[in-house]
Amino acid sequence: MTHNNVRQPLFQISKRTEQKKGLGILVNLAAVLTALVLGGIFVACLGYDPFKFYAKVFAGCFESPIYIKLLIRTIIPLLITSIGLSVAFKMKFWNIGAEGQILMGALSAFTVSLLLKDSVPSFLGILIVLLSGTLGGGLYGLIVAAFKAKFNTNETLLTLMFNYIALYIVFYLLNNNVKFFIAAGNGIPTFKLIDKALWLSEIKIGDLSFDTSLFIAIAIVVFVAIYLKFTKQGYQISVVGDSPNTAKYAGMKVKRIMLRTMFLSSAIIGLVGALQVTGSAASHTMSTGITNGVGWTAIIVAWLAKLNPIAIVVVSILMGILEQGSNVARSAMGISAAMADVLQGLILFTILAFDFFINYKVTRRKKFALQEASAPTTETTTDTDKDSTPQLTNENGEENNEVTEENNMTCDQSINEIVTDNDKEGKE
Amino acid sequence: MEGLMAIVTVLASALRFGAPLLFGTTGEILTEKSGSLNLGVEGTMAIGAIGGFIAGATSNSLFVGMLVAFLCSSLCGLLFSFLTVTLKANQNVTGLAMTIFGVGLCQLIGQTLKTKGKFPAMSEELTHAVASNGIPGLRNIPVLGELLFNYNIFVYISIIVAIIAWVFMFKTKAGLRMRAVGENPGAADSVGINVDRTRYINNTIGSGIMGLGGLYMAMIINIGTWNDNWIGGYGWIAVALVIFASWSPARAIGGSFLFGLLIALQSQVSILANAFPTALGWLNKIPVEFYKMLPFVITALVIIINSIGKKKEGVQPTACGVNYYREER
Repeated sequence: MTHNNVRQPLFQISKRTEQKKGLGILVNLAAVLTALVLGGIFVACLGYDPFKFYAKVFAGCFESPIYIKLLIRTIIPLLITSIGLSVAFKMKFWNIGAEGQILMGALSAFTVSLLLKDSVPSFLGILIVLLSGTLGGGLYGLIVAAFKAKFNTNETLLTLMFNYIALYIVFYLLNNNVKFFIAAGNGIPTFKLIDKALWLSEIKIGDLSFDTSLFIAIAIVVFVAIYLKFTKQGYQISVVGDSPNTAKYAGMKVKRIMLRTMFLSSAIIGLVGALQVTGSAASHTMSTGITNGVGWTAIIVAWLAKLNPIAIVVVSILMGILEQGSNVARSAMGISAAMADVLQGLILFTILAFDFFINYKVTRRKKFALQEASAPTTETTTDTDKDSTPQLTNENGEENNEVTEENNMTCDQSINEIVTDNDKEGKE
Repeated sequence: MEGLMAIVTVLASALRFGAPLLFGTTGEILTEKSGSLNLGVEGTMAIGAIGGFIAGATSNSLFVGMLVAFLCSSLCGLLFSFLTVTLKANQNVTGLAMTIFGVGLCQLIGQTLKTKGKFPAMSEELTHAVASNGIPGLRNIPVLGELLFNYNIFVYISIIVAIIAWVFMFKTKAGLRMRAVGENPGAADSVGINVDRTRYINNTIGSGIMGLGGLYMAMIINIGTWNDNWIGGYGWIAVALVIFASWSPARAIGGSFLFGLLIALQSQVSILANAFPTALGWLNKIPVEFYKMLPFVITALVIIINSIGKKKEGVQPTACGVNYYREER
């Protein structure tokens, strides 16, 4: 297969066979730091003091109880949405429709709130409202899942379109003075306030106050963590995500799992809308900006956290700090709050870039290694190869694996091709 | 005659609103056809918009503006390629990051300049050059002149770029190779096509073209005045349009102007309704949100119908959205 005069790339990229746990965390930390430094350079370029900016961002989250309260408010929707998305992402179902699902959840919760008013006891009322939000978001997501299951429709693009459809439905209700939803008055139309009986209760600990949505968020994180890791359904999700065919041959009802999972994912996201409406974050009413871009940021959070629930909590807090801190920095220093978006983007870029070094390893090819690789592969050449090929990384255990794999590639390639060809036929 | 003029006015606005969409769509088609799903159109356009606008307004030259817009946005494409092709990062996430970063950076620069009172204004000369170009002489022909020859230069460029992209993709050898990379990079690689390089080139040029759309948004749709939302979702409509146009730049021309018509109707529906009170009077009753929603509804339907029909032609390139890793084929 290989000839001596074939041009070989200077760097050989190969997949890491085993993942080291510490390495991932270290690399990610380095990525975040790099992004913050880059962000600091941006700030300096705009003529502000980067150190003062970061100090303000930090102070703007923790300096006073009000800031902490605002920070919690920023984090909760982000956290729940990211957790909800992670359920779908685990199945490799690219639900980027969280914006729309939050809106639909909020809209159904809002509608039910207006119908209920104070006709039922407060606790029951809130429960019904939250459930209707869950249902609203869930059903909105289920439509897409149904098309995906039945016709293999591209879910990424369809959920994207559904975001805007939901948004303009809400805009329609607002701008056309639909009486049921809109507060009486002559000014710019605004949505009605929901009845006070349906407000989430505020909890005060010392100077600190937050509403019950915090506990709901924690409960959901724990539920999803257990669900994905320890239940049969959670296991099915990861099998379908890794290989739908494997799942099918193992006797799983792939379509049903798909529908169920997407419903769960978007239901959790729909709950975010309901919590926003009933909670204090959006002043107990509906609005066109109720998502506050959370649907987009959550995709990033879920991805950065590699769908790990604990990591999702950490990343949500980090993103929340950036968002809330940048808002405070704007009023204090006059620096645009868009800095939060720039920082989020930079963090993503660096983490995406640094990820490469977690998943792949780069080895430099030397000339003599090239010649040996061209010799017919046997166990012995593998051994010499191992000794003669200098590797950039210093984990000896892995080197052995890599080199064997590399040499096997040439013989296995033709077989692999046949296998993949068969796979394709099987699919059609 | 009055009715005819109303139709002409609305159709002409359709082209004016459609042109930035056409830039975005053509750029995204080039990107997707070579196998990369770049969801960062909105951000890429935003960066082209702010870069191109500042350069154009300060140098007082439309050409410099276009050049800088193209360059700024192609840098986004280069970054996207570096992350997804070389470092094999997930394309969906990279694209979204590009959108968040690009829109954020555009706002950051714009707002900072605004608060410091340094936001450049377009000179009268430049405004004139941008707004009323058209083809002298021809544009004075009644009806036809208004309909065909009375646009700003961007509109013509957008159509020319789309046609060039179509010829490149479907009539040249390089285009065939590029489509092969988008359909089956493994096979393309085995016949000696450099998959990585093909994707790099197409992503970069595609993004550059999107940047021209961004500059259009800044200079024409927003007439050079700053607001926080310069691109206003046009980038996402472009992503939708790619599907609507079934990955063909030629169909993208028609699609862009159809979607442009929907945008034009948002503000100009009363012109039509008043010109034909009996036939089209009902148009006045349709809420604006309907026209805003329609591009997305139509695209959603196209996505669904395509998937039901399982068409062989005009569907998403097979490898679009999937990174190519040689050892995994």
